[in-house]
Amino acid sequence: MERMEKSAIPAGLKPMKKNDVILIAVILVLALAVFGGVSFYSTLTTNEPQAVVYLDGEEWGRYPLSKDAVVEIRQENERYNILQIREGKADITGASCPDRICVNHRPVSRQGESLVCLPNRVVVEIQNGVESEVDADTN
Amino acid sequence: MAKKVAYLGMLTALAFVFSYIEFLLPLNFGVPGIKPGLANLVVIVALYMLNVRTACALSFVRILLTGLTFGNPASMIYSLAGGMLSLAVMILAKRCNLFSVTGVSVLGGVFHNVGQIVVAILVVETKSLLYYLPVLIISGTVTGALVGILAAILIRHLNKMKELL
Repeated sequence: MERMEKSAIPAGLKPMKKNDVILIAVILVLALAVFGGVSFYSTLTTNEPQAVVYLDGEEWGRYPLSKDAVVEIRQENERYNILQIREGKADITGASCPDRICVNHRPVSRQGESLVCLPNRVVVEIQNGVESEVDADTN
Repeated sequence: MAKKVAYLGMLTALAFVFSYIEFLLPLNFGVPGIKPGLANLVVIVALYMLNVRTACALSFVRILLTGLTFGNPASMIYSLAGGMLSLAVMILAKRCNLFSVTGVSVLGGVFHNVGQIVVAILVVETKSLLYYLPVLIISGTVTGALVGILAAILIRHLNKMKELL
């Protein structure tokens, strides 16, 4: 038995080689990368209700209504709007605009509702929101 | 010839029994498709102790048998896709001589899951199954490593036995 213990184990038959450890590490990193990619992809194509911010008609950012957040939409010339998401509703709580129509607007959460600040050319639109219970014509 | 047939029959039975054990002990991690892959132990041992053809035949017959016994045509297709892709990758990995048994087994485990998910995505036509992919890659790595270490030990001892006989 002594003799067998010492007998050369053919290369490649040891339980682990350095390359194996590298391989496992690479695979785990890849898995993380796939996870990151998939979750990034899912935020782009998600069906959950979210507030989409448009600046000058172009998409500026999107925020899920499920997560409370305060977003400062800052522009040049110290123009700003503050978008607050609380309890599943989006609301503009502060703005640099003179008319403050956007600030006085009630919080929105239903499909297609929007907050508009004309002076700052900011539009916040609800996407994938719950359909309004009110008749569509009155919406 | 008779010896070879007996050997193959025994290995097939062994792989079949491992599949049966997995069937009896479903591990539930919240994601479908996670299993230890014990049957792969037999396939790897065949790959190293015998030859590529034997390993292929063994894997194919094992999947056919378990599919007919414990599964349904659908699960058999998934197993077949996973099993064949996994085997192909293992054969290539073994041939390129970069990895030990453990590395080969890890690749086999990972690609088994990848093959299944790809077929599932094609069949169900939902990309949302991609969510499972990272979890299945990690589980394939872990189970593959464990099976690989076991296989390495087994092969070593089987080689000793061969010398003694």
